[in-house]
Formats: sequence, structure tokens, C-alpha cells
Amino acid sequence: MIAASGWLAIVILAAIAIFLFFNATRSFEEVGLWKMVSGEFWYPTSDPAQYGFLPSEAGSLWVTIVGLVVCVPLGVMSAIYISEFASRRFKDIAKSLIEFMAAIPSVVFGLIGLALLVPWTQKLFNLDTGLTAFSAGVMIGILTLPTIVSIAEDAMHAVPQDLRMGSLALGNTRWQTAYKVIVPAASSGIFAAVMLGLGRAIGETMVVLMLAGNSGLIPSQPFVSARTLPGTIAGELGEVIQGGQHYSVLFAMGLVLFVVTFLVNLAADSVLERQRRRWRR
Amino acid sequence: MVERTQTDGAFELVDVSVSYGNEMAVGGVTMSIPEHAVTALIGPSGCGKSTLLRCLNRMNDELGDVTVDGTILLDGQDIYARTMDPVELRIRVGQVFQKPNPFPMSIYDNVAYGPRTHGLRGKAELDAVVEESLKRAALWNEVKDALKKHAFELSGGQQQRLCIARALATEPEVLLMDEPASALDPISTQQIEDTIAELKESVTIVIVTHNMQQAARISDRTAFMLRESMDRPATLIEIGETRMMFTNPGDKRTEAYITGRFG
Amino acid sequence: MRTSRSAARIRSARIAETVAKSILGTATMIALGIAVFLIGYLAYRGMGYVSWEFLTQAPRKAMTEGGIYPVIVGTVWLTAWTAFFALPFGIMAGIYLAEYSPRNRANRIIRIAIANMAGVPSIVYGLFGVALFVLQMGLGRSIIAGSLTLACMTLPVIITVTEEALRQIPRDLRQASLALGATKLRTIRKVVLPAAAPGIVTGSILALSRAAGETAPILFTAVAFFAPIADSPFDETMALPYHMYIMATSATKPAPQMVWGTAFVLVAGVSLINVVVASWRARQRRKIRW
Repeated sequence: MIAASGWLAIVILAAIAIFLFFNATRSFEEVGLWKMVSGEFWYPTSDPAQYGFLPSEAGSLWVTIVGLVVCVPLGVMSAIYISEFASRRFKDIAKSLIEFMAAIPSVVFGLIGLALLVPWTQKLFNLDTGLTAFSAGVMIGILTLPTIVSIAEDAMHAVPQDLRMGSLALGNTRWQTAYKVIVPAASSGIFAAVMLGLGRAIGETMVVLMLAGNSGLIPSQPFVSARTLPGTIAGELGEVIQGGQHYSVLFAMGLVLFVVTFLVNLAADSVLERQRRRWRR
Repeated sequence: MVERTQTDGAFELVDVSVSYGNEMAVGGVTMSIPEHAVTALIGPSGCGKSTLLRCLNRMNDELGDVTVDGTILLDGQDIYARTMDPVELRIRVGQVFQKPNPFPMSIYDNVAYGPRTHGLRGKAELDAVVEESLKRAALWNEVKDALKKHAFELSGGQQQRLCIARALATEPEVLLMDEPASALDPISTQQIEDTIAELKESVTIVIVTHNMQQAARISDRTAFMLRESMDRPATLIEIGETRMMFTNPGDKRTEAYITGRFG
Repeated sequence: MRTSRSAARIRSARIAETVAKSILGTATMIALGIAVFLIGYLAYRGMGYVSWEFLTQAPRKAMTEGGIYPVIVGTVWLTAWTAFFALPFGIMAGIYLAEYSPRNRANRIIRIAIANMAGVPSIVYGLFGVALFVLQMGLGRSIIAGSLTLACMTLPVIITVTEEALRQIPRDLRQASLALGATKLRTIRKVVLPAAAPGIVTGSILALSRAAGETAPILFTAVAFFAPIADSPFDETMALPYHMYIMATSATKPAPQMVWGTAFVLVAGVSLINVVVASWRARQRRKIRW
């Protein structure tokens, strides 16, 4: 029984892949995987319906890029400061605040985005609507911040104190120690933090559903309304006929999303594992 | 090779106390550490030897919540003076740690790390410093063909000598060693001790050790520290010529420790 | 070397350090400032609406008045059933990984699977839940289907916290029990598990409080715009995160208390649980020291 539970994770993961695949088979047969993945038009209700994923893929890309631009520099810099410069007291306060932020449900981030970020974006950039890939990306960046800060901080914390002391004893300042020894030594962990943040940003649903605007066109820049892969699924699954073509296409979209995040997480995990081995000497 | 000027590196400690938070760990140490000699700090574990050692390059500053009272002079200069930057001090006073702690980079980069930090850029000059330092640490012959190898591939003893070379590369006047051989096998220990014997020609060495034979073998002067009860801070019992300390100690407690009656 | 030791070089290193430190410090203050702002803004918009009536009454007049009592009850039920499904399997899997599984390739694959499960987007869990629980198993849109979906999502977290809590128990303790002739299972049940319980309980509750705030997985598996308090776990339900989402986006003129009051109740509830659990954990830690 206990051993069987151990294998449960693999069973569920396999079940997710299998169920996504089988529910998507109809779309593979009737539309074709490549035609969906590379199709430029998303008109699921016209006749004949067109199921191109490109608008969603491009939207996801923009949202993710904006998100990473917000959270990677801010997150990594904060992690370096908290790990290498902050006093113990400040560190405790900072960490509990970050933890608190991580506990806020994503739908609340969406709500605050609707109330503040959307009107601000509209006014600041003089747009027709504030519901843009940019607003969604910024909010996703904020939402991902705690993930990046805490994993990157952990990675730097895991660098043995000996190395820190060794560098300081050679007459290096804390900053020299940080960028010459600690950050390179923790680089794989910091990379993993960014990858996990990326995975979260691609897969985050509620924020993009509420803030990105869900327009049907392929966005060429972030300051327009855009749809995303998770947003499209969440926005339309409730309106489709179960077992129908559109339903099956949404599962195909889910499968694409699953594969992309799976690869990103796999990369992050293998890098983290290498980091773990490194200090086990 | 750059000409090495005659360095000094003599310490004068006057009434030095160290406290962790409110608790005084070491109290009222007054002693002098002569230049170009090996001074050993001995005593049972928990007697504050390492704490005192860390005062000499202000590494205690990095631990947080540690206060040092009293005066420590390096060649007549107060190292806790407001005008003294710990970074400058640590260039003059190097340290080798208990466990080998090479940086995760190549052998060459480890040794060149200090000089590069302090502005040495030319390849020829760096090569010269690296070779000279590795020679002084008695590691050159073993690694001269593999300088690009990752430092973690070396054995424990080689790693420790690499750390010595790394510390020597900034040309310190003083080298602090905190039980540098305690994590090593007997053969590596022997090599480290030989290295120390050669190094004292050019640098002042202060070594913390719990191994009395080692202190007797390598040091010129020995200081014995003891914490007699947990309510009181550790103190310096006596300091003197090593030969005298081990044959004819002035204090009963030193004699008891040396003859193995406690500790 | 001598010349490069000049005071000028040290001074420039110190200046570089000051500059770097202030830039990094500013970044940190921005990050923390955002956290503080989010908390403050939520309290500012929502706290005023929270009253005894708001917490204990059903919505009235097409959800423009009244309270959110059935919504709270819905979330509590969803979370309780999630715990019911996820805890036993999650804890057993954690025990397996920490105590039984050999350090080999199979173990590595399980670990990769768990790490990846934690990274699967929540909407994909939603799709999976629709396909398996709602349709295949014929549970329909119901508390059960929603909780099973949330349980799948929460499982990797519970496995991980259990394993970590168990790994912190010193080996001596296990060997002492084994040396007394106890079997491995008995050792785990009587010695290891009780010692690791605070860690497991804390981690699991935190994981469940996250589940309580999830929207995407229950969007198509459990919730409805309006539903009375469920009679059985096979009924549809309302839930805090979904209620907030649908009020904020679909209602033509959303009643502010329904949106911000709900948001505040949700976040305050989750963080209250976090704080209580964290302080309980801290007390337990002081009691047991290795």
C-alpha cells in the first residue's frame, strides 16, 4: 500500500497525459495537430471553424516575456540582497512577507490588477483598453516574484559558509564575494528559480483570463489585448459541447501547454538536482 | 616576480575581550605575537582559541552580534580603529580555515582570485604569482601540469595546500591558521607542517591547534588558553617559548593540560 | 602587488560595494513594498464590508445584498474533501520515499514525476478533472469531482513536506527503536511519524490553504454561479475564489462587498491559517530539539 502510493505521482502524471491525449484525438483527426499549432486564426464559432493556436501562443509569449522582465531582475537582486547583505532581523521580516505574498491566491492578483493596473496602463500608455498582454504580464511578474526570490535565496543560502568566509578573509568586500563566488556557485539554483518562475508564468490562468483581454488577433507587441493558452481554455471550456470538436481542440491546447511546462520544469529539476549533488561532498 | 619587501606582521594585544551578545567568551587577553615566527594557540575545545584568532583579521565582524573590546595593534597600528578598513586588514592578514574551502573554480583561478581582486590583471604577472604561491605552499610540483583542473578534483590535503597558496597570493604579512590539519590524514598533515616551517621565513604565522605534539613540533611560541568554568570567560593562562612551555611550564594548569590530565 | 594594495583600490571596491548594495536594497524594498501594498490595499478595499451578517447570511436580491455564508461553507467543504483524498495518499507516498524507496533510478523517476506534477498548470488539472472525474467517472459537476481535482494538484506538495519532515528525524532515533527489536513498520508508526508530525501537519495545512484559493481547477468541475448549501458531496457548490472572480468579471454592476469583501475574507482566512500554523510549529520546534 505504501509502496503503491509512492508510484501514485507517476500514475497521475501519466493519467493526465493520457486523458488529455484521448480527449484531444478528435481534433487531431478532424483538424490536425500541426494545423492547430501553426494556425493563424482562432474562429471557433464560424463556419467552417478555424482553430489556430498562434494568437494564444503569441499572447502567452508576450505575457511571459513581460512577466520575466518584471520578476527576474527584481527577484534575483532581492534574493542576493536578502542572502548576502541583510541583517538577520531584516531577513526574517523579508522572508515572512515574501511567504505571505506567495499565499495570496492568483485570482486575487487578477482582481487587484483589474482595479488598479488596467486603468493605470490605459491612462499611462494612452490605449483604448487597459486589458492588455502588458497588464497581465506585469501582474504575473509580481505573482511569480515570491517563487523566484525564495528559490534563488535558498540556492545562495546552500553555498557553504566556508566559501563566504574564505573570500572575505582574502580581503574581498561582501559585494565582491557575492558576485565572484556566491552567485557563480549558486548559478544553477538561480537558473532553476528562473525556470520554475517561467513555468508558473506560462501556466498561470486566472490573471491572464482577467487581465489580458482575450482578443483573437496575433499580438505583435504587448500593449494590445491578447489571448493566451490557459486563458483560452479557461474562457471557453464552459461554453462548448462536451465531446464536440471545439471541446477536443481545447484539450489539444491543454496538451500543448502540458508538454511545454513539463519540459520547462524538467529542465529546472535536472539543474536543481545537479546543484544538490554539488554540495554533498 | 615582484620584489617582496621586508614585511613585518607583529601583533600586540592589550586586554582583549570578545563577547557574543551579552556573554563574554574571551576575557582580558594581553600578549604579543612576534613577526616571522610561528605562534601556536593551544587549549581544550571551547577555550576561545578560534574566537581570539578571528579577532586578528576581524572575521568576527562577519558573524554578527560579536563585540571586541581592548586594543589589537598590527605593527603599531590599531586594527579596530575607525580608519582601518577590514578589507585592507585582511589583505595583510590571510587566513586558512579548518576545512579546506577551495572555490568552485580551477586551481589557477583559485590562486589568482585574491590578486585579481586587488587589481593584478597582466597574464604574465598573474602566472608568476600563481606559480610562486603554489611553490611556497609546496603544491606546485603536483599540479603544475593541471592548473586548469577543477579544484574539487584535488585530494583533501592538496585542497588545503591550495587554500594556503590562495592566501599567500595576496602576499600577506600574517597567516592565520585555524586547525588547518584537523580534517586531514597524517601524511597530508606532515606536508602542511613542512610548509609552515618554510613559510615562517617570510610571514608571521598564528596557528590554532588542539594537537599538542603539533604545537611542539612547529611553533616557536605557545599560548595556552583555558575556560575554567562556564560562568567565566576563557582567559590566557600563559605564553612563552614553546620549548619552555613543554618542558617547564610556569603554571600548574598548563602542566596539567600538557601532561594530559584534562582536555 | 604592493602598489595595487593602495588605499585607492580599496576605496573604489568599497564604493562599488555601496553602489551595488543600494541598488540591490532598492530592488528588495520594491519587492517587499509590493507585498505590503497588496496586503494594505486588500484590507483597505475589503475590511470594511466584513461583518457578522456578511459572514453568516446568504446573498439576497440577485447577489447585491446579504452575505457570503454559503460561499464560505462551499470552500470549507471543498477543502475538507480535498484533505480527505490527498492526505492519506500524500503522507503514505512521503513515507515510502523517505523510508522505503531505494536510492536508484526508479526513485529518481518518482522524484522527477513529483516535481513535474507540482509544475503542471492549474488549468490543465481542470481539464483533467473534467475528463476523468466529471465525465469518465460520471461524478458530474460536484464537490467530489472538484475536490479530487484539487487533491491531485495538492498531492505533490504533501508528499514533499512529508518526506522532508521525515528526513529531519535523526537516524539514531530509528536505530534505537530497531535495536529494541521493533519492526520497521512499527518504528515508523510509533517513533518516526509522531516525531515528524508537526512538520507534516504544518506543511499539509499550508498546502490545503493554497488549494482553497485555487480557481482554475474547480472552474469546470465543482462550482456554480449560484447554488444553495450542498446537501451531499455530489452537488454543485459556490466557492470563495470563484465567487469573487465571477462577481468581478460577469456581473454588470458588481456589488463591491461581494467582490472585495470576499477577496478579503479569502486572503485573511488563508493568512490566518498560515500564521496560526506557523506559530504552532515554532512552539513545537522549541519543545523538541535534536
